[in-house]
Amino acid sequence: MNRIDRCFKALKTTGKKALIPYITGGDPRPGLTVELMHCLVESGADIIEIGVPFSDPMADGPVIQLACERALAHNTSLRDVLNMVKTFRQTDANTAVALMGYLNPIEVMGYAPFAALASESGVDAVLVVDMPPEESADLSAALKSLGMQSIFLMAPTTPDKRADLICGQGEGYLYYVSVKGVTGSAALDVADVKANLDRIRSKTDLPLAVGFGIKDGATAAAVAKVADAVIVGSALVNCVARNVNDDALIKSELSGIMRQMRAAMDAAV
Amino acid sequence: MTDLKAVTELPTKTGHFGPYGGRFVSETLMSALDDLSELYERLSKDPEFQAEYDYDLAHYVGRPSPLYFAERLTQHVGGAKIYLKREDLNHTGAHKVNNTIGQALLAKHTGKPKVIAETGAGQHGVATATVAARLGLQCTIFMGATDIERQKLNVYRMRLLGAEVVSVSSGTATLKDAMNEAMRHWVTHVDDTFYIIGTAAGPHPYPKLVRDFQAIIGRETKRQSMALEGRLPDALVACIGGGSNAIGMFYPFIEDESVAMYGVEAGGHGLDGDDHAAPLCKGKPGVLHGNRTYLMADENGQIMPTHSVSAGLDYPGVGPEHSYLKDIGRVNYVAATDQEALDAFHVLTEIEGIIPALESSHAVAFGMKQAAKMDKDKILVINLSGRGDKDIHTVAAIDGIEI
Ligand SMILES: Cc1ncc(COP(=O)(O)O)c(C=O)c1O
Repeated sequence: MNRIDRCFKALKTTGKKALIPYITGGDPRPGLTVELMHCLVESGADIIEIGVPFSDPMADGPVIQLACERALAHNTSLRDVLNMVKTFRQTDANTAVALMGYLNPIEVMGYAPFAALASESGVDAVLVVDMPPEESADLSAALKSLGMQSIFLMAPTTPDKRADLICGQGEGYLYYVSVKGVTGSAALDVADVKANLDRIRSKTDLPLAVGFGIKDGATAAAVAKVADAVIVGSALVNCVARNVNDDALIKSELSGIMRQMRAAMDAAV
Repeated sequence: MTDLKAVTELPTKTGHFGPYGGRFVSETLMSALDDLSELYERLSKDPEFQAEYDYDLAHYVGRPSPLYFAERLTQHVGGAKIYLKREDLNHTGAHKVNNTIGQALLAKHTGKPKVIAETGAGQHGVATATVAARLGLQCTIFMGATDIERQKLNVYRMRLLGAEVVSVSSGTATLKDAMNEAMRHWVTHVDDTFYIIGTAAGPHPYPKLVRDFQAIIGRETKRQSMALEGRLPDALVACIGGGSNAIGMFYPFIEDESVAMYGVEAGGHGLDGDDHAAPLCKGKPGVLHGNRTYLMADENGQIMPTHSVSAGLDYPGVGPEHSYLKDIGRVNYVAATDQEALDAFHVLTEIEGIIPALESSHAVAFGMKQAAKMDKDKILVINLSGRGDKDIHTVAAIDGIEI
């Protein structure tokens, strides 16, 4: 069984919700990413989303744009990020890793070589922000043939008909984008999120993860009550941005936020 | 040989031109694009909408634009007869307004009170601000900080027209970054905002609807050539930024196999190095800004910085229909360097009394070269996509003149 499915199955027996941190691979420098991944696991991560830096991150706000720029200043490539996952896997065989990014680096590598390398590196799932299900058949098939999953997004603007399509093709979990906007947007409206999740839940048994606008323990706890997973990105990337030259401080701030969220979420459910 | 009639029926319902085009955006925008496709499908068949569009083109833009026989340029070159399609004479000074009139009418039908646009040279920004002023729509224009500096005149025009101009300093601070920022703004304000994309690129249905709105250029050229010469031209030349003036000129001629077509990309400092903006000549297929198309990207798939003396051509991608027309060999894609464009700028100004936009100067440069190789009884049409007033400062600075 895929690590992601296994993770949600295990959480179901304990009644807890998944905490999914996002960091950008290669930020602030490639040498630190694997350590940060371990740090995230130690402070409560169930699944890690690792971003592949891209020169034109159209769906990201300034925080993750700058993370991409820091990573690209070191020429961090898709191949490099896959290598980071491979290194991470040498000492962590259990934590699921989802790769998140934009399509062009994957297009340039080629779907089949990418899928082979990702599988060999221990990637469990891939989320391509600018690849809706209508365009994803070939990549999804390449991933599936090697046991990896395709994660799709849902948005407040997704009408019912599209929701059916996405639920039909979704694997692993569905990533519900809580607000109309880019990453790092203003805080979400929990009542609104709940109403949308209820609507989606009537269509699928896939776990529902909520991301965008979750910055602190209180929001994480509130979302954990209505969703299966909480995704946190910009708040963590900000810890890196604030301390680019101080590895120890990056780690302590990252784990500080993670522990706070973990505790708040576990207490809430 | 490719079935050229079938080519004119593209894109498919999903927005594909062969492997190119499509819809590569985040989920939040998908339903807005579906709605736009539906609206456009409906209105493009609605005679009332067409009549409104035609009326505006005639009475507000000043169409048809002349097809002008450049007699002295023809003599100077000593080859084929050179005609200029005078898009520079349109209201606001470029072909861009053909498209903004159309999209603003669509915006009006959606009832959304705000419009946004990206701009490079500022011509699309001005054309958008203009139609927004006329329709009473709130208008925000995204423009790279580098372009704001080199196209000051247009920035001021947009502000006079009541638009807010947002300076974009991320990435390379040029057109591609302005487009990124416009997309980000659109995702956030999709409920009340209509995005008026300025070129025949972006997610479906934009490449199709921009092409349809610009195709008036080629349709008129066809008619005018028949009236003036009793036959179709032998060659068409247009510059390529995202490709809207070129596809507008080319599309009505796709089935006319006797007509050779040349799309001229920005050769910058030359195609041997990296300082150019010529994805069709030198790039590879990839995905950016909502469509699959030829791009300038490095071996890791990162988009490369581009260079062109003209802000409107300084873009690493191109509309997907051009990618397809390249692959099937119907259009030839070539490049003119900065220097060639600047030389052509001066030549046209001095011997025809027409100051061309630096973008259009690329087409003039290649058009002169090509005409020289052709017999005197042949006809070559250059699409003069815009006028050069906006570029006076750039050209003066390059020539070492302070104004
Ligand atoms: C006068 C003029 N010509 C050409 C272009 C390039 O755009 P496109 O290739 O979409 O026609 C621009 C863009 O700003 C322009 O202002």
